[in-house]
Amino acid sequence: MSLALLLGILLAGGLVAWLSERWHKDLPRWLSLVTIGLALLQLVSSLNVLAPDSFTLVPDGRDASSWLIHYQLAWIPRFGISFELAMDGLSLLLVLLTLLLGLVAVASSWTEIDFKPGFFQANLLWTLAGVCGVFLALDLLLFFLFWEVMLIPMYLLIAIWGHENKAYAAMKFFIFTQVSGLLMLLSIITLAWQGYVHNGYYSFSYFDLLALPLDSTLAYCLMLGFFIAFVVKLPAFPVHTWLPDAHTQAPTAGSVLLAGILLKTGAYGLMRFSIPLFPEASMQFAHIAMSLGAAGVIYGAVLAFAQSDFKRLVAYSSVSHMGFVLLGLYAWNSLAMQGAVMQMLAHGVSTAALFMMAGALQQRLHTRNMFKMGGLWYYMPRMGACALFFAVASLGLPGLGNFVAEFLILVGLFAVSPVMTAIATLGLITAAVYSLWMMQQTFQGKTQLATKTTASLQDFGGREMFTMAAMMLALLWLGLYPQPVLDLAQPVIDSLQALVTISPQIAEASL
Amino acid sequence: MAGSNYLWLIPFFPLLSATLLMVTAGQLPKKIIGFLGAGSIALSALCVALQAQHFLASGEIMQVTLWTWMSVANFAPGIAFYIDGLSIVMMSVITGVGFLIHLYSLEFMDDDSSYSRYFAYMNLFVAAMLLLVMADNLLLLYLGWEGVGVCSYLLVGFWYRDPANGKAARKAFVVTRVGDAAMALGLFLLFTELGSLDIQTLLLAADSKWQSGDLIPTIATALLLGGAVGKSAQLPLHTWLPDAMAGPTPVSALIHAATMVTAGVYLIARHYSLFLLAPITLEAVAWIGLATLLIAAFTALAQQDIKRILAYSTISQIGYMFLALGVGAFSAGIFHLMTHAFFKALLFLAAGAVIHCLHHEHNIFKMGGLRTRLPIVFWSFLIGSAALAALPFTSGFYSKDPILLSAWAMPNIGSYLWAGGLLGALLTAIYSFRLVFVVFFGEAKTLPNKQPGWKMSLPLALLCLLSIIGGWFVLPLDHVFPAYSHGEINHSVEIISIATPLIGLAIAYGLFLGKQLSISGFTQSTLGKALQSFCFSGWRFDALYQLLWVCPYQVLAQLWRNEPIDYLYRGIVSLMQWSNEQLSKLQSGELRWYATSMVFGLVILVLIMLRSLS
Repeated sequence: MSLALLLGILLAGGLVAWLSERWHKDLPRWLSLVTIGLALLQLVSSLNVLAPDSFTLVPDGRDASSWLIHYQLAWIPRFGISFELAMDGLSLLLVLLTLLLGLVAVASSWTEIDFKPGFFQANLLWTLAGVCGVFLALDLLLFFLFWEVMLIPMYLLIAIWGHENKAYAAMKFFIFTQVSGLLMLLSIITLAWQGYVHNGYYSFSYFDLLALPLDSTLAYCLMLGFFIAFVVKLPAFPVHTWLPDAHTQAPTAGSVLLAGILLKTGAYGLMRFSIPLFPEASMQFAHIAMSLGAAGVIYGAVLAFAQSDFKRLVAYSSVSHMGFVLLGLYAWNSLAMQGAVMQMLAHGVSTAALFMMAGALQQRLHTRNMFKMGGLWYYMPRMGACALFFAVASLGLPGLGNFVAEFLILVGLFAVSPVMTAIATLGLITAAVYSLWMMQQTFQGKTQLATKTTASLQDFGGREMFTMAAMMLALLWLGLYPQPVLDLAQPVIDSLQALVTISPQIAEASL
Repeated sequence: MAGSNYLWLIPFFPLLSATLLMVTAGQLPKKIIGFLGAGSIALSALCVALQAQHFLASGEIMQVTLWTWMSVANFAPGIAFYIDGLSIVMMSVITGVGFLIHLYSLEFMDDDSSYSRYFAYMNLFVAAMLLLVMADNLLLLYLGWEGVGVCSYLLVGFWYRDPANGKAARKAFVVTRVGDAAMALGLFLLFTELGSLDIQTLLLAADSKWQSGDLIPTIATALLLGGAVGKSAQLPLHTWLPDAMAGPTPVSALIHAATMVTAGVYLIARHYSLFLLAPITLEAVAWIGLATLLIAAFTALAQQDIKRILAYSTISQIGYMFLALGVGAFSAGIFHLMTHAFFKALLFLAAGAVIHCLHHEHNIFKMGGLRTRLPIVFWSFLIGSAALAALPFTSGFYSKDPILLSAWAMPNIGSYLWAGGLLGALLTAIYSFRLVFVVFFGEAKTLPNKQPGWKMSLPLALLCLLSIIGGWFVLPLDHVFPAYSHGEINHSVEIISIATPLIGLAIAYGLFLGKQLSISGFTQSTLGKALQSFCFSGWRFDALYQLLWVCPYQVLAQLWRNEPIDYLYRGIVSLMQWSNEQLSKLQSGELRWYATSMVFGLVILVLIMLRSLS
């Protein structure tokens, strides 16, 4: 019940925020903050009633009642579809990230949106609701429903409040997600039908569909349906091309949500559904998935270096960083999976910050072209220091969360595939090349701006510095004492590994 | 205040001060900034002194875990320290020399508008460097390793408004990152094979698991060596160091002479038992050291920028340290690391004083006659150069001589290594005294507009003292490294080793001061000019790397810039649009066309029905 309430707060909050713009145009953003705050409160209070040791117990992946919270309500009983929500350590971490980055998204668009601010906040909150739903839904049809719910408001955010080429970008985003989502829907229905053949009753519940004895070819095809939907969202090479366009055109808050949390739904889907539902097929497929991951690491980094648009650069760096997640997930050992979870959180924070930076630059300079910036440190030292911090976070400086993530992924991956590890390690060099290039073009060197512009530049104010400082502290915490996060994720990883006992090495040997 | 419980204070003071300076972002009064910046290092040095005294008295190795960094499966590195004689030596050099350089910076950077930012970066550097040498596991060492790399990047590009400085900074970071990536792979390999990154555990496990000459320790040490050559600016990753001179001169003294660049030497020395399992890698270390020391020495001869001469000389001297490590004389390598820190910091600070007092002039041929005009600086330079050239009774002599003798004692390849090292020593003497004679003797071309104050002079004087007496220090390394003795060495070898620098001094005198010798005939010839420009450019390594790596990467980035992958998707879109156009032509609005197509459709339907009926 508490989880349904969490989603309800976000959905209803969106509606209220929309309506409130009639009274005052500043009201929606305050209501948005209050709504997210309430949702956080709801989350904390529903966790408070749990026994402290329940966070460290390894849940049984096949038994919903062993999870932290489980809620089920019949919805379409005839087909065994129910409103089933459940939370374990992994979904808890991701829901927390979603809500916290939701606050960042509101803060980053505080002064940016003049046109229909109420509807803007409504879409923002509904996206959050959709994402939270995706992280919580354990009925496959309900999962699919939330998958769509997060898509449409995001589409509207880009299409209405985006920049010069918004229609194209929004449509591209929609079609990529929709087509791949359709493949997933087909896989879901076929899987449920197979469940009927095997169990004798219809059910879309995750727990009923685990460990179905499937024909190996069929399993492989169904796995691909899920895989494609998730890697489009991740996004992985070569289905990432919607991302740079969507990011570049989206308003700041849209980019923050997109990079910070929407991408993580792809990684979550792979970890929760694609691999555990089809363990053997997935592990046979692992070397292809890892190759795509390694290719994405390098390809994204090279393209990031080639960009002149600040936001496009950050977008391609996301492709590179998400390549690490794909590598980590398909290595399927504790180290690499912990690294992948860590990467979801750390990348969420660091990229959100960089997009916020991009938004702040665009608001002040009315351009995203880095060749028209330069030397900004002199005029805005606080902003420069923040940019520097997140640039070195993005290149994987030890002591910050991104390093812990990438190191764990690579050290885990090495045991599975030294060659892939060597390729991905090249990403450490290429990341340095584009991150430092970005710093040089924007904040260092000689300025390319007119004196008229530089005279009126405003450094980060209190609201922006507060948001930035919070994200810096988060990355430092993840980088220096990540244990609480690791402890929360470890039981889930153990239980997932219990579902998939085969490792990619063994799978490869059996091919 | 001594003992393992207080170890954390040592990196804490500089870290705290760096944080304060960053958070306040230059809002503090200048006096307080200076007090924080230099004072934190002084406190840290005091703690090191107490710990060193405690260590020398008790001889007990100190270990402490502050907290477990992360723990996943059997991977549980801690934020933990391991302090033995080697760490004590390194920490003393870092905080001791580091304090003197900070003190000097107070005056040197006095009129810079980013005073606070400078000390923030410098303090952060010292903290990271201390973590590097105090770490008990490779992951924390790697944190320090990357941390000093970032600080080096920040300080090389400190005057960020000149794009050339930014370029030098990025080059320094990216080139060393190539080595760091190799080192990271080495860490993955070691952990996967041995199940731990704790250095002592790992070394023990390696000893019991592997035999000397096995493949895996050879690969692992080769990967670690990759990290070491990057950080210590050895072949083939040495090209970043000369450009790194773009930073303020005290930065060059601290980071690019005394401490960070010797981290590679520390890394190899720290894992010496692993390297002993890989004789091939160890021999490679010796050859890399020899090749680097010769190439850099030749290059130093042809330079005109006072800082670039010193930069190449640093590369060359670290080459000697690598040579020492490669022949198994680990203590000699560390000893040279320490004396080099003294005399090279002295030379850089003296060079900084020259530049500071001479309107930021860098070209040595525009200086001259400074002997009487900047006497303190002259004496500093003279003592520093004497130590660098390893003239008898200077600290450099006591550290370089054992290296040459150990090289000689190496079976089979010993005489080659010795002869190469000797040639290097000759060149070192020539280029260091060329510098002294050209800058401080002869006629004055530029006149100094100020004199160094006490904050600059005191560090110079103390480093002079250290450069002279440093050779008599006894380092507590007996329990760290296996006992090493190069055995009985032929007296003639010893005498030649001692005499060579003196010959170099004589040649330099003849060429640049007394003018008894002249090579102008040679340097004016075509071959001479070509050779000179070849050496001046640092053997064209930059051009080679530009061609091999930088250009291909830029071309690739330009080729891919517009997303080749996306053409596929745009192709699908175009196909859709094309079919849409073709099909929409059917809907022309002409009644005749509709009627005809309807009739055709009906006929086809009827035909199908007839077929299915029959």
